[in-house]
Amino acid sequence: MALAKITSITGRGLTVPGNDIDTDRIIPARFLKAVTFDGLGEGLFFDARKAIADAGRIHPLDDSRFHGAKILLSGANFGCGSSREHAPQAIQKFGFRAVIAESYAEIFFGNSTTMGLACVSADRADIARLAAAIEADPYLEITVDLVGREVRFGGQRIPLTMRDSARDALVHGRWDSIGELLDGREAVAATAARLPYLAAPQK
Amino acid sequence: MPQSLFQKVWQAHSVGQLASGQTQLLIGTHLIHEVTSPQAFGMLRDLGLKVAMPHRTFATVDHIVPTDQRSEPFSDPLADAMIKELRKNCAAHGITYFDLASGRQGIVHMVGPEQGITQPGTTIACGDSHTSTHGAFGAIALGIGTSQVRDVLATQTIALGPLKVRRINVEGRLRPGVYAKDVILHIIRTLGVNGGTGFAYEYGGEVFDRFSMEERMTVCNMSIEGGARVGYVNPDETTFTYLKGRPYSPTGAAWDEAVVRWRATASDAGCHYDDVVTLQGADIPPTVTWGINPGQGIAITETIPDPAKATAADEKASIVEALAYMKLTAGAPIKGTKIDVAFLGSCTNARLSDFKEVAKYLKGHRVAPGVKAIAVPGSQMVGRLCAELGIDRVFRDAGFEWREAGCSMCLAMNPDKLVGDQLCASSSNRNFKGRQGSPTGRTLLMSPLMVAAAAVAGGVADAREIFGVNN
Repeated sequence: MALAKITSITGRGLTVPGNDIDTDRIIPARFLKAVTFDGLGEGLFFDARKAIADAGRIHPLDDSRFHGAKILLSGANFGCGSSREHAPQAIQKFGFRAVIAESYAEIFFGNSTTMGLACVSADRADIARLAAAIEADPYLEITVDLVGREVRFGGQRIPLTMRDSARDALVHGRWDSIGELLDGREAVAATAARLPYLAAPQK
Repeated sequence: MPQSLFQKVWQAHSVGQLASGQTQLLIGTHLIHEVTSPQAFGMLRDLGLKVAMPHRTFATVDHIVPTDQRSEPFSDPLADAMIKELRKNCAAHGITYFDLASGRQGIVHMVGPEQGITQPGTTIACGDSHTSTHGAFGAIALGIGTSQVRDVLATQTIALGPLKVRRINVEGRLRPGVYAKDVILHIIRTLGVNGGTGFAYEYGGEVFDRFSMEERMTVCNMSIEGGARVGYVNPDETTFTYLKGRPYSPTGAAWDEAVVRWRATASDAGCHYDDVVTLQGADIPPTVTWGINPGQGIAITETIPDPAKATAADEKASIVEALAYMKLTAGAPIKGTKIDVAFLGSCTNARLSDFKEVAKYLKGHRVAPGVKAIAVPGSQMVGRLCAELGIDRVFRDAGFEWREAGCSMCLAMNPDKLVGDQLCASSSNRNFKGRQGSPTGRTLLMSPLMVAAAAVAGGVADAREIFGVNN
């Protein structure tokens, strides 16, 4: 199973501001009532979008200026709470290919990486600068360069950070580890045999 | 060199290093439920893979099951499709499944311990962030995503980087009316909702030494709410006593050997911790959340935070956002805030001891007019034991609806939901926006006894006053 080498993502951006944005907010639980991940994009930030629409305003995801954005900006501890992979699935199915946030909750970060959704981190001030540039020009082209470890836009550069294991996995096309895990079959059997609770016959 | 439990279990289950530098970690026990597993089975089908160790995966149904009318087909066709899919997948792959008719169904994090499937020194994974619950037994228990559920099914392993270990001591004793739930809400309030990122939390100290297994589970359950993927307590006599005689616990000579092994997995004296935090049990108050994340908690005697008094811009913004959503007033006492619903349930607090403790005080009291109060045992076994002890009667007599086992109104994937902007006093684990099923519904997290006090008073109340708690 050859995976794409994800070395950079180029596209337009959109900001969903705030810290501690949880996965219930990213995809409310009622959208999890399904046996596939199909159609999840429509549920992305559903309640937040509706609340803002009801207040007579427009959520960035519904703002035509940002249609087609591939890069999502947000704050600290993005994706906290429930482990639902439905959250990064919804983000990806909506059309995003990368997230730039100050920091991530761990399970969300791991789920995203395994799907090939790049979650990079940057300083708060840099994210604010990029967000302001997007607001001023929604058609601004942004490049998230995983190899060069920077985000480029409108002649500016901001440094990005990402856990090495995740960055390398994306860049080298190893982000979905199932193949490698399957290759370890014999070592798995050997490890299991050394553990009494796994080696013992099952009741 | 002395080692922590985390290091010992991690090393024993390390299969090897992957090209990414991550570890291929063997998962001893895999638990699945209907929400995060069907897509994983679908991926297996697409890849033409089989389940590697079907006897090491156990399934039950919890999130979507109705807690009142359980006859099938369920009135919700989506829920009905999900339970059917789980049954089909378990049958096709030879996976043990605790179905509704088994008498052993319940919230997955209740079923593992009850059945003796959850054991010390093991690795456990489940597609659910509250898998950290099982750490109460001295297991490394990880919440995982669906792609990793697929990985465990196909290989019995996952790819994972190591975690640091933070030892959290709670010394001394808790004051009367203060419970395990208050301990974890206090820890999260103190260390922050992302304070645990990158860490496993090892809980210890006198308070944990004295805690029952059920109390330890309550604390470990909410580790993830503090950002820690894993939380655990070292196994001791309390652990072994709990496990003895459970359906999947070892027996005879195997039991004796297991206890020796389990004892040896506990952290060694003098082992290295990446961080140590020590709290005093006597400083922990009955705690209630007022905001939209579990770190936004205050003592029942405190007032709701005022953004004008916040020093950091971030903090100010998050208080403003939370108060706007919660429709609460800055500076007002939390006590007396009128509630609409009282929910006693969830994998955090729906065990026998939770209902027993509340029943002790609830006798002779009535739920206030206008409050909808529901009590939902976390498992069929808890429901049965409560019935045997007459506990369900106490709740019913007080005006609670007594339901059947499931996740219920914790995340409202079944018919139990808040309506509109109802305010719910809840023994669950998350107060996120919309968490309890209504996009404008509001949740206040608290201990089971505080939920009962709120139900009786019709508003947030100090259980110590309502029930005269002073033992």
